[in-house]
Amino acid sequence: MNHLPLIIKREYLTKVKNKSFIVMTILSPMIMIGLIAVVAYLSQLNNNKSRTISVLDESGLVQDIFQNTENTSYTLLENISLEDAKSIVEENKTYGLIYIPNNDSIEQLVNDIKFYSEEAPSLSLVTSLEGKLASKLRDIKLQQQGVDIEKLKASEIRVNMAQESFIGEKTSKVDSVVKLIFGGAAGYLLFMFIIIYGNMIMRSVIEEKTSRIIEIIISSVKPIQLMLGKIIGTSLAGITQFVIWIILGGILMSIISAIFGVDLLQQTPQQDVIQQAMENPQVGVEIQNILTAFYNLPIANLIIAFILFFIGGYLLYSSLYAAIGAAVDNETDTQQFMLPILMPLILAVYIGIFTVIEDPHGTVSTIFSFIPFTSPVVMLMRIPFGVPLWQQGLSFLLLVGTFMFTVWFAAKIYKVGILMYGKKPTYKELIKWIRY
Amino acid sequence: MNNLLEAHTVSKKFGDFTALNNVSISVPKGSIFGLLGPNGAGKTTLIRVINQITMPDAGHVILDNEPLQPHHIKDIGYLPEERGLYKSMKVGEQALYLAQLKGLSKVEAKKRLKIWFERLEIGDWWNKKIQELSKGMAQKIQFVVTVLHEPKLLIFDEPFSGFDPINANLIKDEILRLKNEGATVIFSTHRMESVEELCDDIALLHQSNKILDGKLTDIKRQYKNNTFEVGIKASDKNKLKEIISQKFNTSSTNFKSLDNILKLNINLARNQSSNDLLSYLTTQGEVSHFVELIPSVNDIFIQAVKNN
Repeated sequence: MNHLPLIIKREYLTKVKNKSFIVMTILSPMIMIGLIAVVAYLSQLNNNKSRTISVLDESGLVQDIFQNTENTSYTLLENISLEDAKSIVEENKTYGLIYIPNNDSIEQLVNDIKFYSEEAPSLSLVTSLEGKLASKLRDIKLQQQGVDIEKLKASEIRVNMAQESFIGEKTSKVDSVVKLIFGGAAGYLLFMFIIIYGNMIMRSVIEEKTSRIIEIIISSVKPIQLMLGKIIGTSLAGITQFVIWIILGGILMSIISAIFGVDLLQQTPQQDVIQQAMENPQVGVEIQNILTAFYNLPIANLIIAFILFFIGGYLLYSSLYAAIGAAVDNETDTQQFMLPILMPLILAVYIGIFTVIEDPHGTVSTIFSFIPFTSPVVMLMRIPFGVPLWQQGLSFLLLVGTFMFTVWFAAKIYKVGILMYGKKPTYKELIKWIRY
Repeated sequence: MNNLLEAHTVSKKFGDFTALNNVSISVPKGSIFGLLGPNGAGKTTLIRVINQITMPDAGHVILDNEPLQPHHIKDIGYLPEERGLYKSMKVGEQALYLAQLKGLSKVEAKKRLKIWFERLEIGDWWNKKIQELSKGMAQKIQFVVTVLHEPKLLIFDEPFSGFDPINANLIKDEILRLKNEGATVIFSTHRMESVEELCDDIALLHQSNKILDGKLTDIKRQYKNNTFEVGIKASDKNKLKEIISQKFNTSSTNFKSLDNILKLNINLARNQSSNDLLSYLTTQGEVSHFVELIPSVNDIFIQAVKNN
C-alpha cells in the first residue's frame, strides 16, 4: 500500500495550519519590509534637510562653482573679514562657512582653504565640496600654464573593454556582477532553505518520538515512507511559505512606496538612471550592458540546474536532519550531531563567496563543486559563469549517488532510532544501528 | 488449520544482544492469547516482528495460512505499550488519518468512527485537540483507532495502563465483544489478574526464550500439585494438627474464617485421593473448609521464571 500521498498531505497541512507557521509567514515580510522602509525613510529625511552654507572667497577664483542645489544653498559673503564672517554665520545659525584665502600661488591657497561649522560637517558634503574645489582649481592652474580647457575636455576618452571568449561569448565587468548576483542568490537561497526547513523536519521527527505516536504509525507504514513523506511534506510547506513571502513582500513594498513616497530601491534608482540615460549616452550603454548580461546568462541551463541541484542538495541534507531527529529524544541532544551537517554547508557558502567570485573556474571552486556536500551551493554559484555540461552532469550524478546513500543511511538510523527511547546515542551506537 | 497466527523459530539479535532465541508460538483462531514475561524478555520484539516493524534474523511468521506480507498490515490492529497521538491535531482528523493509513477509505472510516465514538460516549471530542484531553481519554481514542479497521488479529500491549477501573472495565468488555465477533487477540501484560480473567492460551517468555506455552487450563493442571486447603473445627488445634500430620504432608496456612478452626494446607501423596483425605478428616472433626488449590497465573509465572 502506498501511503506516501497521505503522509505528505498530513505533514503539509499540519505545518501550514500551525499557528506559529502562519504568524511567521505573515509577520516576517512585514517586519523585513517595515525595517527597510524605516531605514530608507530616515535616510531620505536626513538628505532632504536643506542647509545654507556661507562662502567667503577672498581669492575670487571659485565663486561660480557654488551653485544652489535642491538641499544646499550658498550665500556669498563679500568684503568682510574672516572673523566677522564667522560671527555672522554663527549668529544666523547657518550650516557652515567655507573660507578661501587670497593667494597668488594656487599650491599655497589650497592648503589654507577651511570649513568652519558648529558640528563636524557630514562626510559626503565635505567630499563633494573638495571635489568641486579641486576640479575648479585644477582648471585654473591648467589655464595659468596655457592649456586650453575646452580642447582638453574634448579629448577625454573612456575605455570600456569588451570581453569575449574564444568561442564568441561576450562578457564584461557588468556581466560578471550580474552573474555573481544570480549565482549568489541561488546558492544562498538553497543554504537558507536547508537550514530553516531541515530543522523543521528534525523537529517534526522528534515530536513524533516524544508524543509516542511513532510505533502506531510505523505498524501501518514503512519507516522510509514516513521519512520521505515528512521531508516532502515539509518542503512543500516551505515552498508555500517562500512563495507567500515573495508575493507579500512585493505587495508590501509597492504599498509602502506608494504611501510614503519612499523609493525603497533608491540605491539603484531605475527611474533616475533611465532618465539620465536619455540625456547621457554613456549611462545608456551601461544599462544596455546590464540587459545584455542578463540575456546572455545561460537561462535555461540556470533554471534546470537550479531545480536539480536545489532538490538534490535539499534532499541530501534533509534526510540527514531526519536521521538526527530519529536518533535523539529531544532538541537539546541534537547539538552534537548538528555540527557535522552545518560545517560543509557553511564551508560551501564561504567558498562560494570568496573563491567563486575571484575565480569561478579555479581549482578550489571546481573541486568543491564536485564534492556532494558542497556541490549544490558552489555549483549553483558557478553555473552563471558557464560551466561545461559534463561537469554539471558529473557533479549531479555524484550528488544523486550520495543522496541515495544518505537516504539509505538515514533510513537505517531512522528505523532503529524512532523506537529507541531514553538514551542519548553516540556516533559509535549509530554505526551499530546500521547493522541491525 | 486452526491457528490464526504461527511464529516458527523466530530469532532476532541486536548487535551482541539476543532479543529472541528460536521462539515459536501458535495463536488459535478466535482465542485470547496472553504473551507474558518479565521486563526485557523479548515480548515487544516478538510483537514488532509480527507487525513487520522489525525483520527477524531467522524463522518466519504465518498469518491465516500465509507467510507474513506487507498487505497483512490491514489485518492487524496494534496498540503498542509506548503509545501517543499527535498532540496538536484534532481528535477526528487524527483518527481519520490513522484509519486511512490502515487502508480504510475516508468515508468508511468516518462512518465507523461515528459509531465507535458514540459507543464509548466520546462523540463530542471530535474537534478537540489531543493536548486538551486527559491521558485516559487519549487512550480511548487509541483503542478505537486500533480496532477500527476490524482486523483479524488484535495485539494489545499493556492495554489497561492509564485507565481508571471503570474505563479499564469498559475496554475489557470491548475486547471480549470483539473476540465474540471473531477476532483473535494477543494480549501482553504484567497484570496477572486480567490474564486469569481473559486469556485462553498463554506463552511465557524469559530471557529471549519461550519457557512455557499452551492452554491456560492445561498449564494450570500441569502446575497444580494436589494441595488442599482445609479447615476443621477442633478444641485442641495443636493436637489435631499432630495427628493429621502423621498421615498427611501438612503445612500451615491462613485464610478468612468466622469460626475458630484449624487451618492447614495438605499435600497429597501419589497414592492418596482427595476422597481419602476428606473421609479421614470427617472422622477427626467437623470440616468447614475443603478446597483444592489451583495455582494462579502469578504463581506459575514466578515459579517458571525461577526454575529457569
